[in-house]
Amino acid sequence: MKSKGLTKVDLIFESIDAKEVLAKAFSMTPEEIINQVLESGLKGRGGAGFPTGMKWKFTAAEKDPEKYIVCNADEGEPGTFKDREILDRVVYKVYGGMAIAGKAMGAKKGYIYLRGEYRFLLPQLYLELHKFQKMIAEIGYDFTIEYRMGSGAYICGEESALFESIEGFRGEPRNKPPYPTTSGLFSKPTSINNVETLVTAMMIIAKGPQEYVKLGTKDSRGSKVFSISGDTPIPGIFELELGMTVQEFVNEFGDGDTKAVQVGGASGFCVPRKKFEDTIIGFEGVPTGGSMKLFNSSRSMYNVLHNYLDFFTEESCGQCTPCRVGCQQLLKGVEKVKKGEAKSTYLNELVKLADTMKVASKCGLGQSVGNAFRSIVENFREEIIY
Amino acid sequence: MYQTGNMVKELADKYGRKRESLMPILQDIVKKHNYLTDEAMVEVATELDISAAEVYGTASFYTFLDTEERGKNVIRVCKTITCSMKGKNDVISTLEEILKIKVGQTTPDKMFTLLETNCIGWCHKAPAMLVNDMPYTDLSSETVIDVIKGYMRK
Repeated sequence: MKSKGLTKVDLIFESIDAKEVLAKAFSMTPEEIINQVLESGLKGRGGAGFPTGMKWKFTAAEKDPEKYIVCNADEGEPGTFKDREILDRVVYKVYGGMAIAGKAMGAKKGYIYLRGEYRFLLPQLYLELHKFQKMIAEIGYDFTIEYRMGSGAYICGEESALFESIEGFRGEPRNKPPYPTTSGLFSKPTSINNVETLVTAMMIIAKGPQEYVKLGTKDSRGSKVFSISGDTPIPGIFELELGMTVQEFVNEFGDGDTKAVQVGGASGFCVPRKKFEDTIIGFEGVPTGGSMKLFNSSRSMYNVLHNYLDFFTEESCGQCTPCRVGCQQLLKGVEKVKKGEAKSTYLNELVKLADTMKVASKCGLGQSVGNAFRSIVENFREEIIY
Repeated sequence: MYQTGNMVKELADKYGRKRESLMPILQDIVKKHNYLTDEAMVEVATELDISAAEVYGTASFYTFLDTEERGKNVIRVCKTITCSMKGKNDVISTLEEILKIKVGQTTPDKMFTLLETNCIGWCHKAPAMLVNDMPYTDLSSETVIDVIKGYMRK
């Protein structure tokens, strides 16, 4: 597979004339907006990567006159902090993206679900919201946005758990189908998009999809904001074109001694040094919501895995058995192997359990615990045992 | 313990008495008093005309809606991987030393509660912590003392 190389991009944080872009969007038909987003190939930037244009198209096709746009700002994946930066620096583009999505789907109301850990941002976000509401009123367009706060539950980043939380219930994921596009918030057709997705959609309308598809690869169009942390001399937020290899990424951000990169946070994949060269960062290789954590050879991968399992054990909502019990057993299991209370072959049984969780869990949390578990255990087996 | 007075009724007037009003009401009570008393939760249930078990069931799901007594300032130190790698344990032991409490405890004067929490989104400036709503980043044993002293003077 040919790599695109590492290229820095400035699209998300680029300043634009929001009023001009919105006036343009509001003069387009819903079909035109949706077609442009479809043409761009944009996939959801929260991590799951569902094609944004399709989501909008499905929601637009619903007959219910009451529909909602929800912005998922419950950024909780370990190692992800790009949404906070986007909200902090260019929240007007988040609002703009929501209003454009509203126009495309015939929704008049939007909610932003902001994680409780980011409550300190609220005063400035409201200030910007007032300016925004004034601006679209001047254009003569009607769309309102309200904030709802999270209260420290990682699972509320799962779309249906997020709806439950806004509706005033425990943040427990719902059965799917029905999908949010037919029955989402308050059982109405809902398009729920990540913060970065909404900003990107606005930039696609601003620049045209032809311009956007020049970036990235066939499977991973465009650029992405990466949250980079761990053993790196330059931790922070970087917007990069999609399609680079992990090796190229490590050459730029590593400290010269990188032994593994965890792509996509605790629910993502661990890429060991020997696979850096032939692993593409993107939907054709390792997908990511932007979390990139580098580990050098001084780190114990047992500690990394233990930390992740501890995280999932606490954050599992407890509703379905495979996830609730599975997380606990994986954690206890690796502890036993480490202490020598179980044979190293017990790890094979634990991998089977992680695989079972992948098929039997109700939502993405339980389904993805196996990603990190399998990739760390398979690539760093001796570090888990000894 | 605190007295709610008219607070719950006023919050219900502000946010409404529908089920979706529950989270904003509970969040505002916690913002003011740092935790939910049984009395407060029963009052909320009465205002919204739902069972107290529903209120408690919802509140207890969320880490930040504490149902146990908390101090005036709640310190939540991030314990997820990057903060762990970058010296979270030093931050915790310094805090335990100056506050003379362990993680999970509240000082006798009810000024501080020390807790650990999962990723708060400051991995590039680890280790990090929240004191109430405010994040503090790039912490060290020295800087964390300055932060806490600031709150002691307030």
